[in-house]
Amino acid sequence: MASKVNITIDGKNFLVEEGKNLMQVAKENGIFIPSLCYFEHIEPPLGTCRVCTCKINGKFGPACTEKVSEGLKVEVNDPELKDTRKALVEMMFAEGNHICPACEKSGNCDLQHMGYELGIASTRFQHLFKDRIIDFQPTRMVMEHNRCIKCLRCVVDVVTDEGKKVFTYQNRGNETYVGVDYEQEAKLTEEQAINAMKICPTGAIIVRGVSIAEPFGNRKFDMQSVQKKYSEEIPKHKESQITKKRIATVSLAGCFGCHMSMLDIDAELLDLIELVSFDKSPLTDFKNFTTRCHLGIIEGGCCNDENIETLRKFRENCDVLVAIGECSIWGGLPTLRNSIPLGECLDEAYLNCLTNEPGNNIVPYDEDLPKILDRVYACNEIVKIDYYIPGCPPDANIIWKSIKNILWGEEYSILYSEFKYD
Amino acid sequence: MNNGIEKRIPDPSQTQMLNRLWELQKSNGYIHDDDIKELAHLFNLSAVEVEGVVSFYHFFHRKPTGKYTIYLNNSIIADIKGFHRIKETLERETSATFESVDRTGTFGLFLTPCIGLSDQEPSALINFYPFINLNVSRVKDIIAKLKNGVLPETICDAPADNIRYTPASGKSVFFKEFIPGTAIAKLTDIQPLGVIEELKKSELAGRGGAYYPTWKKWNAAKVQAASPKYVVCNADEGEPGTFKDRVLMNTQAQSLIEGMIICGYTIGAAYGIVYLRGEYWWLKNKLDEAINDYRSKGLLGKNCGGINDFDFDIRIQMGAGSYVCGEETALLESLEGKRGEPRTKWFFPVERGYLQQPTIINNVETFCAAARIIEMSADQYIKIGIAGSPGTKLISVSGDCQLPGIYEIEWGMTIEELLQLCKADDPYYMQVSGPSGECISVEEKFRRISMLDLLGQKDIRCGGSFMIFNKQRDLVKVLLNFSEFFKNESCGICTPCRAGSFIIQRKLERLDNGLANEADLEELKSWGTIMRNTSRCGLGKTATSSLIMAMDKFHDYFETKLDKNFDGLNLKFDMNAATKDYEEYKI
Ligand SMILES: Cc1cc2nc3c(=O)[nH]c(=O)nc-3n(C[C@H](O)[C@H](O)[C@H](O)COP(=O)(O)O)c2cc1C
Ligand code: SF4
Ligand code: SF4
Ligand code: SF4
Ligand code: FES
Repeated sequence: MASKVNITIDGKNFLVEEGKNLMQVAKENGIFIPSLCYFEHIEPPLGTCRVCTCKINGKFGPACTEKVSEGLKVEVNDPELKDTRKALVEMMFAEGNHICPACEKSGNCDLQHMGYELGIASTRFQHLFKDRIIDFQPTRMVMEHNRCIKCLRCVVDVVTDEGKKVFTYQNRGNETYVGVDYEQEAKLTEEQAINAMKICPTGAIIVRGVSIAEPFGNRKFDMQSVQKKYSEEIPKHKESQITKKRIATVSLAGCFGCHMSMLDIDAELLDLIELVSFDKSPLTDFKNFTTRCHLGIIEGGCCNDENIETLRKFRENCDVLVAIGECSIWGGLPTLRNSIPLGECLDEAYLNCLTNEPGNNIVPYDEDLPKILDRVYACNEIVKIDYYIPGCPPDANIIWKSIKNILWGEEYSILYSEFKYD
Repeated sequence: MNNGIEKRIPDPSQTQMLNRLWELQKSNGYIHDDDIKELAHLFNLSAVEVEGVVSFYHFFHRKPTGKYTIYLNNSIIADIKGFHRIKETLERETSATFESVDRTGTFGLFLTPCIGLSDQEPSALINFYPFINLNVSRVKDIIAKLKNGVLPETICDAPADNIRYTPASGKSVFFKEFIPGTAIAKLTDIQPLGVIEELKKSELAGRGGAYYPTWKKWNAAKVQAASPKYVVCNADEGEPGTFKDRVLMNTQAQSLIEGMIICGYTIGAAYGIVYLRGEYWWLKNKLDEAINDYRSKGLLGKNCGGINDFDFDIRIQMGAGSYVCGEETALLESLEGKRGEPRTKWFFPVERGYLQQPTIINNVETFCAAARIIEMSADQYIKIGIAGSPGTKLISVSGDCQLPGIYEIEWGMTIEELLQLCKADDPYYMQVSGPSGECISVEEKFRRISMLDLLGQKDIRCGGSFMIFNKQRDLVKVLLNFSEFFKNESCGICTPCRAGSFIIQRKLERLDNGLANEADLEELKSWGTIMRNTSRCGLGKTATSSLIMAMDKFHDYFETKLDKNFDGLNLKFDMNAATKDYEEYKI
């Protein structure tokens, strides 16, 4: 029996087993420390994601590579640490190409789950849109490099019966990717392959023919936060009088899904009409601003010069801008083209396309047509955005609850189960 | 399922991986698919693991690199000494473009970070032989000769040592005659504990940049029960602008070897390894000769130095182009024939290092100093330098000055004195200890260089690199060069450094293009701090330190780079650049 030691976590004392992993100790005592690469049975711990960074005896360090010892002092929840850990998860979203609505793992994904737990509505970093491939060559698996967060789990844990590695990092720096040994991969049993998919915290390893789709609400991370207290601070906006507000909305490079969602509050819409009136918006079909608005709601990012001009007009005519949906927050689905040069996209769509009418293959260009940009831009790359409402599309309730909060300071809390990227 | 530590200890034969790869790379110019399979078979690995190792190192290639493989240094010092002209000339004369091979397969052109010749830039390696002080006509001449079948080894340069300054009145610690065997001869007298005592008294601290007290490290390894133990010399010298270890190995190989023997004797080690950076292939022969000389004198090998039952030998391991392999735990991984990814802090090298055995890793200068301290005694040594920071320090001076080279300064010298000695021309800011170190303004020239930094005396601890820039140099360009360096050299294993250095670089480019505003500066600072606080190893932790410092010290300069018309809401956007691709379709 190992001896016991006294440690403090955020000022509270605990008597714990000496030499045990701090991550484990925290978990057993009901303290939530975000983590992504940590996996109980892998020792020594991987320490790659750094999402578990705490202050240990006053110094920054990951909880998962710390063995507890007498007198250890750990800080987990000071504001700087919280922000730092959030930034690291944001970095992963910015670094990879994560399109949750199109991902098999959505709802069962550790990365996405961490995004929810930490309340990440938008990333502070511009997404990098690095060109990455989807590798269909393995026999059993499909390797989706866009989603890999380089946690090292598969590299260390997945081996064949002969003890050979199936995955190993290739290259280095931001060129690092997980290489698959096709020969060894073919030797994995079905069970081993499925295990690889399971230990991958993201949707990077997909086993062919194994469906992991489950209905919304039944997926691993749909309903319940692992934190005792989820999302405590929602900024409150004090405004005493409920006065009628004017709202403008627009769909830029979006699919109108967010607008459809806004209408999805059924009869409540009638109450809402008492409180707000709409100016420029597809809902009113006003093409121009008739007056200054309190609030502008933006769906979609910017894929052409007209989007940019419209967005700027919104900024000039609205007191507050809210970006709703993944497309307006960081580009979303349309950014699928961002890692491919524009010329290639257009040639493929208009010139080499199978359904082209013969002899009619030109890329449309006219002074009256909007000019297509080199990539899709997030709205906050063009103008200042005041608030973000994530989702693809966001739930109608979450949209209106947030907007009421912004406009009249109405108190509310977003439930864990409402916060989604898909 | 249990993934104990065993799984991560390679078969000791895998330690030969880098050597085998070097043989293949040097004889064939690249590593063929069949070689990968063969090595996988040889070391009982999956092929992808071997590929993982190959792709980690800059000097290993999977495609032919030409009969003459040219690595041109693109460090910031090369940049200000005419790198761009050399680059153009090389491309014109060889008909190859950089990062590829010409059509005939004769010349392969590649860029590489600092090759340890900052005092003789621009410089390049051709088939790993050094060519220094390049100018346009020399490059033309060299290429013409190579085309005529002259071998690069017959026309390469012998880089000068450029030892510009040693302290007066016999106070030089490093650069005086060293008679082989003199330091080792004292060992039987003073015993291991005596060595520790001497080092403690001398206050010798690690010269690789971290300044960890050497006696503490050696003692920690000494008390380990496990055996065998190892001694590793870190001769990776990757910090741009540093070349002191090069000069030490070229002139003082004996004191290095003796320092390692002393360490081996003190901790009870089985053998020592010098991890020499691939950029220093040209130094290897001389070092080998020195080692052989020691062997033939009976100063290495069985009963090493005539000490009964003390068997100790030294071998050299060549690195293969990776800055992060200078980080001690990455170096260990590399020695084991793996990718140079730093380990976590779960174990320290003195507990579990090379092949999971207790291991001492010290810098070249540290070993040389240790040998000299034992040779001259700590009592003599502490008379040099200043109280609390005894001894001397080697500084590699480069950049905008007339006398670039090695300066052995007594600790306590001021920046100003050093600037005068090297005849700095209109210095404006200095980068101390390399890109990962500190950036200082000429207004701070009265600060001293010493180890007292941590005691709040505001002295500067210099790791070895001292780069001088005059007012004509654009600070953002310098910082961009650094961030490009860190981005390329990040090992990629941890999120903040892998993604962060990329993100920071993009932001700096925005700044350079005049698209940034005050908020961007704040973000740069905040993101840099996040990298510092969360990265796994020193590379990521220090990658943004100069940037953060520069933004404080040169705030006015950064102001001039910002978007002047920023209204707080609409960000600057370059519409022409964004629609340029589409305009191609205008009929
Ligand atoms: C990214 C990185 C690169 C490093 N490169 C070197 C190097 O080239 N040479 C060196 O001696 N130390 C280097 N170090 C420091 C080593 O990790 C280690 O501290 C040193 O070798 C210990 O020796 P010392 O105590 O004699 O300084 C580097 C550290 C980091 C984080
Ligand atoms: S579900 Fe997870 S892996 Fe899939 S796109 Fe979203 S964050 Fe990435
Ligand atoms: S593939 Fe999955 S398990 Fe492997 S490193 Fe990437 S995210 Fe981790
Ligand atoms: S900080 Fe950079 S170099 Fe160091 S472990 Fe992390 S990724 Fe690798
Ligand atoms: S969970 Fe600790 S570093 Fe990943």
